[in-house]
Amino acid sequence: MGDSDIVQDFLVESYENLDRLDRELVGLEKNPDDREALASVFRTIHTIKGTCGFLGFNKLEAVAHVGENLLTRLRDRQLTLNPEITTALLSMVDAVRQMLSGIEKSGQEGERDDSLLIATLTRLQQPPAAVVPNIGNLLIERAAVTQEEVQLAARQQAEGDPRHMGEILVDQGVVRPTDVVDALYVQQASRASSTVSDSTIRVDVGILDKLMNLVGELVLARNQVLQFANRLKDPGFQAASQRLNLITTELQEGVMKTRMQPIGNIWGQFPRTVRDVALGCGKKVAIEMEGKETELDKTIIEAIKDPLTHLVRNSVDHGIELPEERVKWGKDPTGRLILRAFHEGGQVIIEISDDGAGLNVERIQQKATERGVITAEQGTRMTEREIFNLIFLPGFSTAAKVTNVSGRGVGMDVVKTNVERIGGTVDVQSTLGQGTTMRVKIPLTLAIIPALVVTCGGDRYAIPQVSLLELVRLEADEAGKKIELVHGSPVYRLRGRLLPLVYLNQELKLALDARAASNGDGAVNIVVLRTDERQFGLVVDKINDTEEIVVKPLRKQLKTVKTFAGSSIMGDGKVALILDVLGLAQRAGVVTQTRDRAMAGKATESAAAAGEKQTFLLFAGPGDSRMAIPLNTLARLEEFQVAQVEVSGSQWVTQYRGQILPLVRLNVVMEERRSKLRALQGPPAPDAPPIQVLVLNHDGRSFGLVVERILDIVEDRADVKSAATRASVLYSVVIGERVTELLDIPAILRSVDVSAAQPTPVARSAGVAN
Amino acid sequence: MVHTSQFCTFYLDKLLFGVELKGVQEVIRTLDMTRVPLAPAVVSGLINLRGQIVTAVDLRRRLELEPSPPGMLAMNVVVRSEDGAVSLLVDEIGDVVEVEEDTFEPPPETLRGSVRTMIIGVHKLNDRLMHVLDIEKACQMTDVVESAAAGR
Repeated sequence: MGDSDIVQDFLVESYENLDRLDRELVGLEKNPDDREALASVFRTIHTIKGTCGFLGFNKLEAVAHVGENLLTRLRDRQLTLNPEITTALLSMVDAVRQMLSGIEKSGQEGERDDSLLIATLTRLQQPPAAVVPNIGNLLIERAAVTQEEVQLAARQQAEGDPRHMGEILVDQGVVRPTDVVDALYVQQASRASSTVSDSTIRVDVGILDKLMNLVGELVLARNQVLQFANRLKDPGFQAASQRLNLITTELQEGVMKTRMQPIGNIWGQFPRTVRDVALGCGKKVAIEMEGKETELDKTIIEAIKDPLTHLVRNSVDHGIELPEERVKWGKDPTGRLILRAFHEGGQVIIEISDDGAGLNVERIQQKATERGVITAEQGTRMTEREIFNLIFLPGFSTAAKVTNVSGRGVGMDVVKTNVERIGGTVDVQSTLGQGTTMRVKIPLTLAIIPALVVTCGGDRYAIPQVSLLELVRLEADEAGKKIELVHGSPVYRLRGRLLPLVYLNQELKLALDARAASNGDGAVNIVVLRTDERQFGLVVDKINDTEEIVVKPLRKQLKTVKTFAGSSIMGDGKVALILDVLGLAQRAGVVTQTRDRAMAGKATESAAAAGEKQTFLLFAGPGDSRMAIPLNTLARLEEFQVAQVEVSGSQWVTQYRGQILPLVRLNVVMEERRSKLRALQGPPAPDAPPIQVLVLNHDGRSFGLVVERILDIVEDRADVKSAATRASVLYSVVIGERVTELLDIPAILRSVDVSAAQPTPVARSAGVAN
Repeated sequence: MVHTSQFCTFYLDKLLFGVELKGVQEVIRTLDMTRVPLAPAVVSGLINLRGQIVTAVDLRRRLELEPSPPGMLAMNVVVRSEDGAVSLLVDEIGDVVEVEEDTFEPPPETLRGSVRTMIIGVHKLNDRLMHVLDIEKACQMTDVVESAAAGR
């Protein structure tokens, strides 16, 4: 045995630890989710175990070891604490204490038999569902034997009978051998399932990052192969490349999943944060969390941690009132803070709601006017929501008193900037006296994003889809008239509102060389973008296509170029730069760096939006009839080559973003003379022109509506209505001073059996819909 | 025993330069390049090096030499810097030379300016001088970037 001084120190330390263990374990039983207490218990046991091993107290070490294993399971959330586990852990503490007193008296561990305790602790390590039922119990369940008979056999086993339970029972003739065999099968099955339940392994993040990079490369290679396949027109090669396409998409999703982490990982610290802040300002706050398991890419989790923490602190500090005040308003003195996270349309929404005082519109307005952020006149024209959004301006704080937590006029603008940096948005909703909800919308991942590829000055640039609102093309003859100048600054009237125009070639100082002019036809392509609540039109030479691109960060040498967010490799192997829409807007002066003028434009925007106008997509249907759908039902406009269309049954389908998109042909749906239908069966003629498709989401499913031609997007009141003259039409309305048929989408879907095609979740990104 | 080291050599405006061979990832012929608008002039563009996006530095400009004649196809010397791979654009590739330590001399006092920070010194070869380039300094262009940004 070691030096007696060391042993003495060990004993003193251990007794203290054991006393604390008792308290903590009982506390844990009341509140099994207390991670910190659990971690503390774990550390204590771990210390005891380590010292025992060092001093050579093997029995003590063995007991502490199994206890530690059990605690590891609890800490890793493979098990939850229940009274049985607590009892076992407490009896372990007792056993350790007895051994320690033995050591104190005799210097020896004593002749103890702890095998029963060790067995109990070991057994409890199995997750409850995975506890392998013993054969006796299985037989009792099947009423093959009685409880007494099993107990008798068990006693025999305990007395040293080496035979198995089943054997004993069969030998005694109380059970048929077939029953025992059946029961053994059941037991085997439950053993197999128990190994599945803990089938996770730890993987180095570096390996996952590398895998992600490789998948990125594969996506690029896939894009290249697809381009070749389209050019070569070899059916065998096309089929193989389509398969490659699907597999790559699945692999990409699979690898992306491995990098996903539940948002609960960062929420874990919030109860503590809330407690500290609440204590600091004398408030009572209960925190609730919903959707802890919602998963996000690792890099995004890291990026939103700080903004979220700030929002949470802010809610407690500013949102929730003091207990006395709450009582006065007839509320529970304890305020509620609710964190919710969920998926919606390929994005993750995180809401931070409190049931506090809510935002005071008048006070914010007054403050904004005082600070010169808006003029009094602007203030009167602003909507409530616009006023709420004023709190995201730099240097804005309405807190009556500045606390050490928040309310110093810094924070909300930083939150907004940080969330926008990863392509997200923050929004605020509030009802005076009832509470405030902060809504943060963020993309699932940053590594691979959908983007619009445009050409300017002979080079391609990618524009992240999140900033994209719509595309406008002005033909050469109308471009001159429709682009007007406001003291030299070009603008375009987009549905009656002036849209500032930014010429990409000018902003990037691209020489107007021959390549740029090769566009030739004089048409103007405007990409309508939104950033920081402002819209602007980016004029480019050519609009190519939307593509899933792999984002590669720019190297240090180019970090100062704020107009680019990164780079990516295109299908042909060349590099394209990804535009940073916010950076570009700032450079062009659309968004001022301090955002102080942002509000002036917003007021006019809302004024224009007044009046109950709706936005419609106009298109030509069968027989060139003029038809429309509300723009908000539209997810995207696509053009498919005839070769991409496949036939499943009598249904046209196409592979679209890794899913099967049923194509509904309006000319088939609306054809009244059934006899003509025959001609429309089968695939499209191989030499037919590309088909125009409106991608719509209905009831959580995507489908494509094949139309003749896309006409325009118009905003109209559409209040002159008349009853429909044919099925699939809701009613006829006057849009843009012409009679237009408004389609009844549910009716169209009922008339064709789109359910025959594979149900597809809502398309991952809504490009056009605003 | 005399300590020797190996250098990858290349030519810029008829001058012979060398970088330590262990810092060179590979040497490749001309690749398609994507220009980066608004970037400092020394950045020629971005190249796709087997899926890795690499910044190409116009070494002539970086070293304040005459701009390369139009139509000349530059070679890429891809070096490993702290911030990942960077491609140095050079006129022509030379041999790999092995030099002894005692042929080295620091640059003359008359060499001034930012170039001095990039040229560690010269090795006196039999027929000519080989300028030894500091890879890290040549790739690190915070000074250049800042001046470019300030001028904007």
